[in-house]
Amino acid sequence: MNPVRKVEGRAFPFGQKNVDTDVIISAEWLKTISREGLGEGAFESVRAKDGNVFDDPEYAGASVLIAGDNFGCGSSREHAAWALDDMGIKAIIAPSFSDIFSSNAFKNGLLAIALPQEAIDRLMEVAKTDPITIDMESMSVTTPFQDRFTFEMDPFRQQCLMDGLDEIDLTMAKSDAIEAHENRVDSAQAWHKPVAA
Amino acid sequence: MTKAKTLYEKIWDAHVVDQRADGTALIYIDRHLVHEVTSPQAFEGLRKAGRKVRRPDLTLAVPDHNLPTTARLDAAGNKVPIADPQSAAQLEALEANAPAFGIKYIGASDAEQGIVHVIGPEQGFTLPGTTLVCGDSHTAAHGALGALAFGIGTSEVEHVLATQTLQLSRSKSMEIRVEGLLGPGISPKDLILHIIGVIGTAGGTGHVIEYRGEVFEQMSIEGRLTVSNMSIEGGARAGLIAPDDKTFAYLKGRPMAPRGADWDTAVAYWKTLPTDDGAEFDKTITINAADIAPTVTWGTSPEDVVPVTGHVPAPESFPDASKQDAARKSLDYMGLTSGQAMGDIAVENIFIGSCTNSRIEDLRAAAKVLEGRKTADGVKWAIVVPGSGLVKAQAEAEGLDAIFKASGFEWREPGCSACLGMNPDKVPPGERCASTSNRNFVGRQGPGARTHLMSPAMAAAAAVTGKLTDVRELIGVN
Repeated sequence: MNPVRKVEGRAFPFGQKNVDTDVIISAEWLKTISREGLGEGAFESVRAKDGNVFDDPEYAGASVLIAGDNFGCGSSREHAAWALDDMGIKAIIAPSFSDIFSSNAFKNGLLAIALPQEAIDRLMEVAKTDPITIDMESMSVTTPFQDRFTFEMDPFRQQCLMDGLDEIDLTMAKSDAIEAHENRVDSAQAWHKPVAA
Repeated sequence: MTKAKTLYEKIWDAHVVDQRADGTALIYIDRHLVHEVTSPQAFEGLRKAGRKVRRPDLTLAVPDHNLPTTARLDAAGNKVPIADPQSAAQLEALEANAPAFGIKYIGASDAEQGIVHVIGPEQGFTLPGTTLVCGDSHTAAHGALGALAFGIGTSEVEHVLATQTLQLSRSKSMEIRVEGLLGPGISPKDLILHIIGVIGTAGGTGHVIEYRGEVFEQMSIEGRLTVSNMSIEGGARAGLIAPDDKTFAYLKGRPMAPRGADWDTAVAYWKTLPTDDGAEFDKTITINAADIAPTVTWGTSPEDVVPVTGHVPAPESFPDASKQDAARKSLDYMGLTSGQAMGDIAVENIFIGSCTNSRIEDLRAAAKVLEGRKTADGVKWAIVVPGSGLVKAQAEAEGLDAIFKASGFEWREPGCSACLGMNPDKVPPGERCASTSNRNFVGRQGPGARTHLMSPAMAAAAAVTGKLTDVRELIGVN
């Protein structure tokens, strides 16, 4: 994973609440065996309508997406995070995220930043004309107009993102503890093991 | 005296491998179900890094999402090729990856094949008190047996394959307490749709729900699976129902369930799992079962529910501006007008199936309504897709397939089918579907498809009348 310390750029003022994973990327696109190329299918049903924010030349190359409550609800498809990444999005700012989506975003170095609705309203305004900056060190979102909103993230996630750490490597370093758990279960709860049918 | 604990806390505590100071923990995963859609990139990741699957014996793979539900073998017993090259490649990838990594694989034409969430319980792979994951959000279903089960993304699939653990933060606990019992003709699907209508699609975010109350004690395991399955539609990653004698009776003798002395030890342990008296939940929601009528959706979110006896709501009836806006968009997409009686909405398609409602009891409930009746003229497409080969065989032994076929339904092979529009079973644009699945999102059943979620008996009733119908009128319940 590449380290993410700062994201700076224009933002799509999308604003919609309850954006579900089927809207981010529909099932037809899930047949791929690769992580690449899903940007083309991102927000297909939204982009089918004229005047949508994603095809507005004003926001060409935007790296931030601003949305409403409960972003990424629905399916567990990581394709949603891959599609956003592939369309050039580095961070999503919303009042809240579904649990699975925020985890999927994190695993792909995509920032899922939760800010209160008032901050979202202000950022939606700024996004129409100016860029937004997200700084992972100070955990803040700033604008050229001196707005400054701080956000929270668990320190483990913050560290992984800033250092681009591979989570599997981190866990494998704990293989002794994993083995100890397995031995404990094997001796005390033999029923745990599935019977080989 | 030790602190009173919830079922969730007991399972969590028994699976902590390593506790971090920041409150997150490395949690051991006892069971991992793998399907074709969310696994290819995970296996690819393992290959690139030269990693193995840590516990292939705790992993079970089966294709379901992509698989066409038409015959898998031709008359000569040869495999029928899959027309869509991308689907074919994805299915082949799983068929090759599973044995390459030593994982048991149930193939497309095997008798046990089916939807991951149907075969887990059916094979006795899902057990109370275990942690179970799958790269699919409806993994919440397995909580019906008292397993802590939740959907994960592909990176997490890879993490579990490599380490048999996940780095997680503890969820909050939410009690959904249902007072009283369901009225005649009201099903577990009506109950869970009603619950989602009450809590909303983000109501359970960050929480694990435990469903409590006499209604769940009386409910069959199939019904509990339907309820827990849709926990994710209420935003909760997992649902739980305390294991009891019904759970043990359901599991006993299943192929992968413990046997002999191990069975007895297991049951003794499982009996210690239910939430202790005095244990505290972070949040409690109380639902009155008597309030629940047969429930259907009118919009494009599973929280958009209304009794079938009700009317399409007016956008202005919602308190906040953004919900009003969402309701307008939903009505536009669904081609509905405020004030229209739900019972006047005509449907052209009927889908009975999905991990929510494709088990034997679901098929029995639908067949009971359809027996001696025909699908209405306006119904162009009606299919029944059993959740597994074993469900299909059971239904055939009971003669249910004959009832479905006589009434005008197609009787299909097991799979996810028209729940999600990624295999050939799709609802045409602009048409409506009375569907027993779990999501009515825009385009979920195919581009432009209009989904109304409901129970199997209600879908059967809609098939007979050609419009959304209160099934109680057809089965002599009032």
